[in-house]
Amino acid sequence: MPQNRSRKSPVEESRTLSVVRQLWRHGDRFFQGLVVLAALAVPALVVAIGYVLWNGSALSRRAFGWAFLYTARWDPAIDRIFGALPFIEGTLVTSLLALLVAVPISIGVGIFLAELAPPWLRRPAGFLMELLAAVPSVIYGLWGLFVFIPAVVRPLGEWLSAHLGFLPIFAGPVFGPSRLAAALVLAIMVSPTIAAFSRDVFQAIPQSQREAALALGATRWEMISQVLVPYGLSGLLGAVILGLGRALGETMAVTMVIGNNLDLSASLLHPGYTMASVIANEFTEATYDLYLQALVEVGLVLFATTLLLHIFARLLIWGVARRIPQESRV
Amino acid sequence: MDRRHSRSRSLWRKGVNALMLIWCGLAMVVAIIPLLWILGHVFLMGLPALSWSFFTALPTPVGVPGGGIANALVGSAITVGVGLVLATPVGVLAAYYAAAHPNRPLGLALRFGTDVLSGVPSIVMGIFVYTLIVLPQRHFSALAGGVVLAFIMLPTIVRSTEEMLRLVPPTLREASAALGAPEWRTFLAVVLPAAGNGVLTGLLLAVARAAGEAAPMLFTAFGNPFMSTALDRPIATLPHTIFVYTISPYADWQAKAWATALVLIGLVLSLNVASRILSWWRAHRLGSVTS
Repeated sequence: MPQNRSRKSPVEESRTLSVVRQLWRHGDRFFQGLVVLAALAVPALVVAIGYVLWNGSALSRRAFGWAFLYTARWDPAIDRIFGALPFIEGTLVTSLLALLVAVPISIGVGIFLAELAPPWLRRPAGFLMELLAAVPSVIYGLWGLFVFIPAVVRPLGEWLSAHLGFLPIFAGPVFGPSRLAAALVLAIMVSPTIAAFSRDVFQAIPQSQREAALALGATRWEMISQVLVPYGLSGLLGAVILGLGRALGETMAVTMVIGNNLDLSASLLHPGYTMASVIANEFTEATYDLYLQALVEVGLVLFATTLLLHIFARLLIWGVARRIPQESRV
Repeated sequence: MDRRHSRSRSLWRKGVNALMLIWCGLAMVVAIIPLLWILGHVFLMGLPALSWSFFTALPTPVGVPGGGIANALVGSAITVGVGLVLATPVGVLAAYYAAAHPNRPLGLALRFGTDVLSGVPSIVMGIFVYTLIVLPQRHFSALAGGVVLAFIMLPTIVRSTEEMLRLVPPTLREASAALGAPEWRTFLAVVLPAAGNGVLTGLLLAVARAAGEAAPMLFTAFGNPFMSTALDRPIATLPHTIFVYTISPYADWQAKAWATALVLIGLVLSLNVASRILSWWRAHRLGSVTS
C-alpha cells in the first residue's frame, strides 16, 4: 500500500496542484461572481418582499378587492369581514400630526446645526441627535406609556378639550393612550431623521450662495429663508418625506401608546389604531387563513406606501445632489 | 422711501432675524429634551432593580421575588449574532460592488435597493420572514429572528462599508495589482484591512439598530421564558422582554421592564459611542498619515 501511494503521489500532487492553480487563476472570476451575487441579493430582497406579501394576501385580495382600502369594518370574530380603513386613517392622522409638530422643530435643528452653531458645538449636538435616533422604539413606548402620557399628553388633552372641545378633533372625554399621544411620540422619534437630512441639505449648498446674499445686505435669517431654503427646497421636502416614511412604519412605540381601539372617531384624544400596530397585535392571534392574509395585506399596503414615498424622496434628494456641482460643495 | 420708514423697516428685519435665530436655537434645546428625559428616567427607574442576579437569573413568575433576564441576554446575543454572520459577508461584498461600479445598472439597482430596504418597516420584514421560515417550519425559531435582523442590518452595512471602501486610496489597489496580486487577494489583504476600522464602525451601528428591534420579534423569535440556545426553538430577546413586561398589569414586571430598558439602552448607546470613537480615531490616524 505505501508503495502504491508513493507511486501514485506525484500524479495526485500535480492534480491537486493543478486544482489550486486553476482556482488561483480563476479565483478572480469566482470572487467576482460572489460580488455580483451579493450585489444582486439586495434588490432581489426588495422584490422578494413585495412578491411574498402579494402572494400571501391573495385570499384577502380576492375576497375584498379595492374595498379593503375603504371599508371601515374589521370583524374577524363574527362576519369575517376585513376592511383596513380604521388603520389607514389612524396611520395617516398620527403620522401627519407628528410631521406637523416635528417639521418646524427639526428643520430649525437642521439650520442650527449647519448654519448657526459655533463649530465646537456642531459635533456634540449632532451626536446627541444621533443618539436620540438610536434609542430603541420599545423604550420610547415604555417611556411614553408611563412617563410622557401622564406628564404631558393627559394635561394637554384636558386643556385642549376644555378650551377647544367644541372642535370635533378635540372633543372629550380625555384618554391617556390616544392618537395625540402616538403623534407626539412619533414626532419625537422622527425629528432626528428630518434634522439630520436637512442639515446635510444645508451643508451641501455652495458657500457662494451665502456670501452673495450677505453681500446684498441680507440678515442671516433672510439669507436662510430667502436663499438657502429655496435652493434646497426639494431636498428638505425629501427629508420630510423620509421622516414620514419612518412614522408610517413605526410599530412598537405606537402600539404601546395609541390604545389600540377600532372605533372611528374624529377626536385626537380618543384611542386609535394603526396599520403597524394591528399587525403587531393580531398577527399571532389570526386563527384562520383569511384573517392572516388580511393582516398580510395590511402589511402589503404599508410596504407599497413606504416604497412609493421612498422613491419620491430619493428622486427629490438626488435631484438636489445632481444640481450642485461636486467641487463647489462646502 | 423716507428715512424713518427705512429705519423701522430695518428694525423689523433685525427683529425677525433675532427671533428666528432664537427659534432655531430653541428647537435644538427642545429636540434634546426628550433624550435627556428618557435617559434620566430609564436610569432612575432601572438602577434600583439592577443587581448581579438580574443578569444571571431566569425570569420568575409574577410575585416570586428575584428573577432576571439571562435568557433574553443570551437570546439577543444569539439572534444578533446570527444576523451579523448572515448579513456581513453579503453586505461587504455588495458594498465592494457598489464602490467599484456605482454607475452600472446593477450598481444603481443596488443603491436604490439599499435605500428602499432601509425604509421598509421592520414589522413588514417580520411578515416576510414569518412567511418564509416560520410558516413552512410551523414553529417560531431563533433562526427566523436572526434572519429578520440580518435583513434589517443589511442596508446599514452596505451603505457604511461602501463609504469606507471609497475612502481607500486607489493607489493602494493599483500597487497591489502591480505586484501581480489577483483582485480577490487585493480585496482581502489590502482593501479590507485599509477600510477595516470603518467597516467595523458600520457593523457596530448595524448591531445597535438590530439589538433594539422588538416588532419583528413578535412573530419570528416569539419570546421564551426559559433559557434556550437552540436555533430552531423560540427565544427571548431584550426588546421583546421589555414589551411583554411593559404591557403586563403587574408592577413587579413593569419595574423589570425599566431595568431591562436600562440594560438595552446602555448597550445600544455604548455601541453608538464606540462606533463614534472608532471613526474619530480613524480620521485622526489617517489625518496624521497624510499630513
